[in-house]
Amino acid sequence: MTINPGKLSNSAKSAKAPFADVDADALIIGGGMVGGTLALALAQGGLGVALVDQADPQALLAAEFDGRASAIALGSKRVLEGLGLWSLLEDGAAAIDDIRVSDGDSLFFLHYNHRDTGPDSGDEPFGHMVENRNLRKALATRLPHAPGVALLAPAAVVERQREDNGVAAVLEDGRRITARLMIGAEGRKSPTREHAGIRLTSWSYGQTAIVCTVAHEKPHRNVAQERFLPAGPFAILPLTGNRSSIVWTERSSLAPAIMALDEKELLQELKRRFGDFLGELEVVGRRWAHPLSLQFAEKTIGQRLALVGDAAHGMHPIAGQGLNMGLRDVAALAQVLVDTHRLGLDIGSGAALERYQRWRRFDNTLMLAATDGLNRLFSNSIQPLRLARDLGLAAVNRLGPVKRLFMRQAMGLSGDLPRLMRGQEL
Amino acid sequence: MPRAPIRKTVAQKPPYEKQTGTASPDEVARFAAMASEWWDPNGKFRPLHMLNPLRIGFVRDHGAAHFGRDPLSNRPLAGLKVLDIGCGGGLLSEPLCRLGARVTGIDAAEENVKTAAHHARESGLDITYRSILPEDLAEDLAEDAAFDFVLNMEVIEHVADVARFLEASARLVRPGGAMVLSTINRTFKSLALAKVGAEYVLRWLPAGTHDWRKFVRPSELVRGLEPHGFRVTDLKGMTYNPVSGTWSLGRDMGVNYLVFAVKRPE
Repeated sequence: MTINPGKLSNSAKSAKAPFADVDADALIIGGGMVGGTLALALAQGGLGVALVDQADPQALLAAEFDGRASAIALGSKRVLEGLGLWSLLEDGAAAIDDIRVSDGDSLFFLHYNHRDTGPDSGDEPFGHMVENRNLRKALATRLPHAPGVALLAPAAVVERQREDNGVAAVLEDGRRITARLMIGAEGRKSPTREHAGIRLTSWSYGQTAIVCTVAHEKPHRNVAQERFLPAGPFAILPLTGNRSSIVWTERSSLAPAIMALDEKELLQELKRRFGDFLGELEVVGRRWAHPLSLQFAEKTIGQRLALVGDAAHGMHPIAGQGLNMGLRDVAALAQVLVDTHRLGLDIGSGAALERYQRWRRFDNTLMLAATDGLNRLFSNSIQPLRLARDLGLAAVNRLGPVKRLFMRQAMGLSGDLPRLMRGQEL
Repeated sequence: MPRAPIRKTVAQKPPYEKQTGTASPDEVARFAAMASEWWDPNGKFRPLHMLNPLRIGFVRDHGAAHFGRDPLSNRPLAGLKVLDIGCGGGLLSEPLCRLGARVTGIDAAEENVKTAAHHARESGLDITYRSILPEDLAEDLAEDAAFDFVLNMEVIEHVADVARFLEASARLVRPGGAMVLSTINRTFKSLALAKVGAEYVLRWLPAGTHDWRKFVRPSELVRGLEPHGFRVTDLKGMTYNPVSGTWSLGRDMGVNYLVFAVKRPE
C-alpha cells in the first residue's frame, strides 16, 4: 500500500488489508498530541504519512488516561486552527485573560493583562486552557479521516532501520513501513531517540506535580494564578464553567502522602494554599502525580531522523510551555518538510533536517533554561533571594517593554515564526 | 500468523532494493561512488546543493505560471517535457521529475550521464539521460519533438561559443514554450566573489572551475535570445547570506542571476 495524498488510505482501509506493507513519505512513531498534530500538518501539505502508536486510540480518550490540562498559547491556537482541530476544542476551552504571579503571601506581584501584548495579538487572550483529553479526542476524530494519513494503532514497532536512501519500521504483526524520514514523537522516553543513540542530558527536580480538577463556588474570571511556594509553584488554571485545574508542585518525598489523603483532608490542604477567593471547593475526579524532571536531547536530528516535542526536550511545567514548544516544533518541521517536498527534494536529506534543527534549537534551549531558572529561583524560601525576586517581580511589572517581551515569548509571538503559527496556510 | 519468519527476511533486506540493470558490477560500483559524491550535500558539490532549493523554486514558480499550473499542487509540472542541459549528476533532473515533469537530462560528459542514470534508478525515477551536446540534439530531434521547457542552469559560463549554444538551446524549445537560464555575471564583484572568493578563499569550488572572461552579462543573454523569438520576462539576482548560510532571490544581479524567457507561439 502506497500512501498517496488525496487518495489515502485511512485506518478503515488498512483494516481491510491488516497485514499490508505501507510506503509513506514520513513515518511518525508516537501518535500523541504532538505526533498526531504533526501527522495532520504534513498531510495537509501533501505528504503521505504513516502514524504508528502503541496505544489503542480509544483507550487514550478514557478519563483515567490523562487528567492534565494544557495552556495553549496564541501561536499554538493558530496551529490548531489551521489544522481544523480548534473548532472541536473551542467549546471546551477556557480563555486566560489575565495572569497573576505572586511569591507566596508576599505583597509584591506581577500582573499580566492580555491588552498589554501589542497590536498584532488584537484583543486575543494570552491563551486558553484545554484539557488534554479534549485534544486527544479531537485528534482521534480527525486522524482516521484525514486524506494522506495511515493511522496504524494499536501497533508496536519491533524494529527500526535508517539508511542512506530510506527508513523502515517493522511492526509486531510483520507489517513493514517504509518512508523517506522517521520522526520520533513518543514523548520523554522516546524509544526512537534511544535506538538512534542520541544522548540525553537530564536531571530530576525532586518535585512532583499533583494534578487535579476542582469545582468552585465563585467564578475564576479567566485569571490564571501562579503562587510560588517554597516547595514549588502552585497553579490555579481556569477551565470552563466554575472549574479550575490545579497543578500543585511539592517535594517528591511528600507526594505519596498527599496522594493518599482523603478528599476532606485534600481540600483542607488546598485551601491552605489557595485561600478562599473561589469560595467553597470540591475535587472532581481523581488526582495524578507526575514526577518532574528536565531533559534535553543532545541533537534533534540524525540520519533521516527528526525528534519532536518531549522526545527532544522535556521541561518543568512552571510556565505551561511544554506542549507549546512541541507545537512550535510541529509548525517548523512541517514547514521545512512541506517546502522541501514541494521542490521535489528529499525530505529526509541532511539539508532539510539541519534547517529544522537550527530553527528550533535556540528557542527550545532558551525555554528550557528559563523554566529551569524560574523554578530554582522561586522554589525555596531563602530570605535575601526572596527579597530580590520580589523586587524583580515588582520591577518587571512596572517595566512595560520587559513585561511585553516576556508575554510575547510565552504567547509564541516572538522570533522567526513558522507560517502555521502566524495563522497562514502551510 | 507466521511472525518470526517474516521478521527474519525483512531484517536482511535494506529499506530499498537496489536495482543493477544490465551494467557490469565494476561499472555500477564506480558510478555508485560518483553518484554519492554528486549527492553528498557536504561534499564536492555543496555549492550546487545550497543553490538548489532556490533555483528549483524559480523554475517551478515560473514554469507553473507560464503553463497555467498551481505551483503548490502535488505535481505542478505534470506532463511537461523538460530538457535539463548540463545535467551533471542529476541534481536538478530528479526533483523536476518528482514534480511531474517528463525529464531528459543531457551532459557532454558520458561519466556524468551514467552517474545520473544510476542514481535515478536507485531513486526509482524514470528519467532519460543522454550524453549529447545541445546542437547535436537539435539536429537529431524531429520538429514536433521539441521541449516545453528547457533549462540552462550553471552551464553557459562553461561554454566555448555562447552564440551557437544559445541558438541550439533555442531551437530545442517548442513555440510557446519557455527557457530558464542561470549563470554568473561578468562584473568586478563576480570576479571578487565567484572567482577569487569561491575558488581561492572559501574553497567551495576547485581552483580553475570558472574562467571569469567567460561569464555572461544579463544584457548579452537578453540580446542573444531575441533573434530566436524569445522574450525575457524575468531577471532576478541570487545572493548568498553568509550568516544564515542561505541563498535568496533579489534585485542584485552582480554575481549569480536567473533568467526566464518565453518563446513566441508560432
